[in-house]
This record gives sequence, C-alpha cells and structure tokens, in this order.
Amino acid sequence: MAEGPVEKGTARGNLPPLELYVPEPKYRPGDVVDYSHLPVPPAGKLARPDEACPASETWPLTLDMVRVLDEDDNAVGAWNPGLDPETLRRMLRTMALTRAFDDRLYRSQRQGKTSFYMKCTGEEAISVACAMALAGDDMVFPSYRQQGILISRGYPLVDMVNQIYSNRADPLKGRQLPIMYSAKDYGFFSISGNLATQFPQAVGWAMASAIKGDTRIATAFIGEGSSAEGDFHAAMTFAAVYNAPVVLHVVNNQWAISSFSGFAGAERTTFAARATGYGIAGLRVDGNDALAVYAAMEWAANRARANQGPTLIEHFTYRAEGHSTSDDPSAYRSAQEREEWPLGDPIMRLKKHLIALGEWSEEQQEAMDRELVEQVKVATKEAEKNGILGHGMHHPFHTMFEDVFEELPWHLEEQAAQAMRERGIKWPEWKERDDA
Amino acid sequence: MNMIEAINDALDLMMARDPDIVIMGEDVGYFGGVFRATAGLQKKFGRNRVFDAPINECGIIGAAVGMAAYGLRPVPEIQFADYIYPGLDQLVSEAARMRYRSAGEFTSPITIRSPFGGGIFGGQTHSQSPEAMFTHVAGLKTIIPATPYDAKGLLIAAIEDNDPVMFFEPKRIYNGPFGGDYDKPSRTWKGHPGGEVPEGYYKIPLGKARIVREGEALTVLAYGTMVHVAEAVLADKGIDAEIIDLRSLVPLDMETVEKSVQKTGKCLVIHEATRTSGFGAELVTLVQERCFYHLEAPVERVTGFDTPYPHSLEWAYFPGPVRIGEAVDRLMKD
Ligand SMILES: Cc1ncc(C[n+]2csc(CCOP(=O)(O)OP(=O)(O)O)c2C)c(N)n1
Repeated sequence: MAEGPVEKGTARGNLPPLELYVPEPKYRPGDVVDYSHLPVPPAGKLARPDEACPASETWPLTLDMVRVLDEDDNAVGAWNPGLDPETLRRMLRTMALTRAFDDRLYRSQRQGKTSFYMKCTGEEAISVACAMALAGDDMVFPSYRQQGILISRGYPLVDMVNQIYSNRADPLKGRQLPIMYSAKDYGFFSISGNLATQFPQAVGWAMASAIKGDTRIATAFIGEGSSAEGDFHAAMTFAAVYNAPVVLHVVNNQWAISSFSGFAGAERTTFAARATGYGIAGLRVDGNDALAVYAAMEWAANRARANQGPTLIEHFTYRAEGHSTSDDPSAYRSAQEREEWPLGDPIMRLKKHLIALGEWSEEQQEAMDRELVEQVKVATKEAEKNGILGHGMHHPFHTMFEDVFEELPWHLEEQAAQAMRERGIKWPEWKERDDA
Repeated sequence: MNMIEAINDALDLMMARDPDIVIMGEDVGYFGGVFRATAGLQKKFGRNRVFDAPINECGIIGAAVGMAAYGLRPVPEIQFADYIYPGLDQLVSEAARMRYRSAGEFTSPITIRSPFGGGIFGGQTHSQSPEAMFTHVAGLKTIIPATPYDAKGLLIAAIEDNDPVMFFEPKRIYNGPFGGDYDKPSRTWKGHPGGEVPEGYYKIPLGKARIVREGEALTVLAYGTMVHVAEAVLADKGIDAEIIDLRSLVPLDMETVEKSVQKTGKCLVIHEATRTSGFGAELVTLVQERCFYHLEAPVERVTGFDTPYPHSLEWAYFPGPVRIGEAVDRLMKD
C-alpha cells in the first residue's frame, strides 16, 4: 500500500488508456436508415398483470413493449382495452383534430402571426388516449407537447389560439410563450419552459390528494431528453417513498432538439426500466398504438386509484416534425427516419383498425378531415379578431404588473405609471383603444 | 464578423492552443448549439473534446467541476441563462468556493457560456438577465461582451482565467447592434468597429471597462445590449455623454468609472434586468460611496421592470430609448 501523498500520473505501463465514450446516433443527414436493430415485438404478446400486483411483476414489461394493434389492424391480446366503436371514432377524431390544429398553427407562425410553435405530430395517440383513459377531474402536469389533452378535454380551440397569438383575449394575458397553456378548470397545469419541473410537482399534487383522502390522481408527462434532469429522479423518489397516486410518463420520441435519446441514457436500458431501481411499477408501450396507450394509462390509473402506488410509463414514439419552429431537423438526422419509422403513424393505424372493424371508411375519414380543417380555420379566424402578436391588440399595459404578487406593491405601481407614460410617447395612437 | 462567429473563433483558437479545453452542453456537438456558437468544433477537435450533454444542467456544471479538479479547462454551454438554475448548487456552493475551501488545492477554471437577455420574443423563460445573482456569489466572475471584438478577446481571457467565469452573451446583439427601437430594422455588425475581429490570439483583460465614447456632460454605465441602446439615445439627444461599457461586472473597473464620474458629475446606470437588487443598485452605491462630493445630481438608473419578461408586451418591458431619454432629461435639467 502506498504511503503519503499520491504521485501524480504514476505510470502503469501495461494498462490500456481510458477512453471517453460519447454516444452517437445511428443515422445522420444523408444516411440510409435501417431499423432492423429496433426490436418491435408482436402485438398481443404480453400478459396484463393484475392492477394490484406487486410492482416487480411489471418489471419484465419495462424491457418489452405493450402493443395491441397488429399488422392486420386487429386489436389483440390481454391489453386490448375493448373499446366500443363510438369511443374509437371519438379517439380518432380527437387525434386528427390535434393534427389539424398543429398544421394550421404552424402555418400561422410562418405567416408571422406569432413567434413560436411546437407540433406533436406522430405523438397524438399519447396525449389523446391518456386523456380518454383518465377521469375528467384527474390532474395533468403536461410538457409542451400534450396539446392533445386540452383538445380531448374540450378546451375551446379559440382560447388555445388566443394564447398562441398572445392577443387581448389570451387567458394568460400575453405573458407566456405560445403553446405554454394553463387551464386549471380543465385539470391542466400551467406549462413551464424549464424542463422537468412539472414531474415532482405532479407527485406533490398526488400526495396532497392522498393526504386529503380524495379520489383524484395526478399524471405528468416529460420528454425522454428531459428525463435526464435531476427533477425526474426527485419525482421518482418522492413517488416511491410516499406511494403517491401518480402516473409518470416519459414520452420517448427519440430526439431532444438535436440530441438523440442516447444522451438521456437510452443505450443502456429503456426509460421504463428506471421504475425498477425505485421499486415502482413500470410499463413500456408502443406510443403510436392508441389502444396500447389507453390500456396502459387505464391500468396505471386504476392501480393508483386503488392505493397501489405510482407507475412509470415509457411511450416509445417518434417526433415526426422539428422540435419547434426554431428547429431544422434536416441538419442533424436522416430525412428518411420519419418515413421509415417502424411503428407507423398513430392516426393511420387507428383509422385502419376502425376500417377493419367495418366501423369506418376512407370516405368518412376524408370528410372528417375536411370538417376538422374547417373547424380549426373558424377558430383561428375568430381568435384573429382579438389580435395577433405584435399588432397592438394585446392585454392592457397595466396587466404586465399584475399577478407578480397578489397585491400590487408601490414600486410596481410606479413602474406601471412609467410604462403608461412611455406608451403615450411611443405609441400615442393607442390612446384611443381600450388600453386603459 | 458577428458575435456568434467571434465566439466560435475564440473557442476554435483556444482549443487548438490548449488540449485541456473541453466543451460540453446541450446540442453543442454535431449540431453546434442552438445558436451555432460551437458549429464545426466537434468535427475539428473530436468527440473527446466537444460533446453533447444530457439535459441536466446540474450534471453539466457538476461534471465541469470534476473535470477541472482533474486539470481540464471546461467551457460548458448552458443553452439559455434561464436554465442555469437547475445547476445552481454545483455553481454556487461548489465551483465558486472550491479554491477558498480547499485553500487553493482545488480550483475551478470553468467558463460557463450562456446566452441571456430579451428582445427576441423568448417569453419569460428565454429572456432573463440573471447576472446580478451571480455577482452576488463570492468566487464567481461575471463577464458580458457588447461587441464581437470584445466577445472574442474577453472569452479568450475568461478561458485562460483560473477562476470560474460566467460568460453571458447578449443574444439580442448576436447578429448586430441594436438601438432599442424594436420596429427599426436591425443592423448587422458589418461596418461597426466592434464587428472588426482580427484573426488570431488577442485578449481583453477581465476587469477593464471600455470607454465607448468620451464626454463631459454625463457618465453612462451600461453593458451588453444596453451599451448600444445608450449610444443610440445619446447620439439622438446630442448630449456630450461619456459612455462606459463595463464588460466585466466582477471584477469591476471602478477606477475608470470613478474617473469619469468625477469628471462629469453625473451618472446614469442602465441594465435590462429587473430593477430591485439588480446590479444597478450596486453601481449606484459604489458611485455614491466614492464620488459623492463630485455629484451634481442624484445617480439615476434605468432598468427592466420588476416583472417576468412578458411575451406580448416585451417592447413595453424593454428599457428602450424613451425610458432612458426621460432619465437623461432629468439628469441634464440643471
Ligand atoms: C432546464 C432546461 N434546460 C434546457 C432547456 C432547453 N430545451 C428546451 S426543449 C429541449 C429538448 C427537450 O427534449 P425532450 O425532453 O426529449 O422533449 P421533446 O422536445 O422531444 O418532446 C431543450 C434542451 C429548457 N427548456 N429547460
């Protein structure tokens, strides 16, 4: 044994030098993609453990994938939630409406009507099916890609657009970035731009519900990239320690801006498998299979409601579009990835299932899509009457100083007066407006 | 050269000179960062020295502390200054005090680069100016360039510095100086003296302010974007003001400030950050303490308001020409 201070860089000549490993995605722009390395297990294969089972019974599922819709568009296996055609059509419609909304608002951003937009293309099944499997009064702690939950819960599209345009009817008074909704009456928690903060908060809400002997549960969504944040682990620890009635979702859409899922640890194990280390239930689900998503959410919600504790669910999916309107995915990933994503498009898969059931047709789908485009168009036109970003029709200046605190302190009153004085000088014509 | 290119140039040059420099951060590798400040560096220096990080600011800063303990000189990027907070404990309790608590055994020669400030419709989570918080922490240096020329020279000095440095990049002026009127078309750095960035190594010492413009009537203290807004306003008003770009908040070039205020007898402090307990409060106090008998008017400060940055009203929030103009008028009244 050495005595005294260590000698720096003592030569151990026969040892290989250490090497830093930096993950690298399989495909870059220009590469031909090949998904044969990606195991896609057959639908219907996995058993559905009892909702009250010990957490450890779910752990094999965290390394596999719950799938219900098979290659022939049938719903198969123990996880088939057995939804009636009416419910399936409602699910399809809500997913298609979410996509229509995204398409139009994306264009609005390109037309300069707002500063920013984020689509959830390819991920519609996750938010819509989860919302449908939850009770209407369960609390959702979303990230910025769960607009489908608001739409599922019937939040007015016009108000979503008002928020995106930051106009004078924006329920959030023009303060938040577009798409960072907040809708307490719809059980939809205020979205933060600071990633992962909602995760421990959801656990806290669930703990509160348990403290109060309520029956409502909480659920939260995080991207796989954001699951690298410490907040993720804080949430898992609290959920496990207090057996919180919460369902925690990792939406693994493969990409976090330009960083592939390997930078959140995906090369070592699945995201669902993190449940194991915390001793809670975990499920890994085909996120492009609306029925599998519904079944998993329902299973975990029932479990939480029966005081059996938290579940971590990984939704394996693909971010088909750019990260946001500020992003250009062609700069870092193969353009073909989207086309060749082996789990398909969630809307197409559900549509084909309904058609296979004899409960839907291509013609009905086309008519529905036309109708939805029109519905979104009407909503955006309606919202535009309240203004678009940067065209003067926003909330009155004074609102800028409200809600910092419950009551306005003297220094903010002074600053509000300053803002009004400046407005009078910079934009005298605004005096005529209702901007008192 | 614009400011992004100047920063890229400084990183490129320093990495070539010193094999101990490593860059990590969200999206900085293959993609070159969301603002492209590290573009091309991974290709040139390899994945051992420029690499993406998990979305984990605590991990980024904590790992940088460990790398520094080994002997490397990490230059991590935090994608937006608003996102340093998850890494705050590693920064404030660890990096900042490493030299002190180990009596110099361990140091943290880390340069944390991060875009900050508003004016790009970034909403309340992509617009903050948190510099004052870091100046409050003993052991951190806080540097803010206002031109591409300075960005390169200061970044080189920051990387060579043996203490942890917060290097805040005013993103509003990445692509050109900005006079503060949101509806005037943005200029580019082309033709601006600060946009002329020499090739090769040069360094601007940390803690030396830059006199942007000499004058007799009034001293204006500003940094980052606000230097340009101050210049535009005072040029419009035709006031013989001395404008000082502080460049470095900690360490602060108090000598230059004192000399100027003693000459002009009047002082205006400008920053974009919220007012209460902002760095302006520190500056006003220092001027008061050291130049009191030379002052001919109360020291004024112009700042952002004490609210988060509101998305739709960001041009009402921004301390633009009108707010600055009013303060200048008050100061020049007698
Ligand atoms: C604390 C924090 N760090 C960094 C960012 C910048 N940022 C915004 S979105 C994003 C990528 C998130 O990726 P992921 O969690 O996978 O979700 P996705 O966008 O793929 O749905 C990053 C790095 C942020 N908003 N907050």
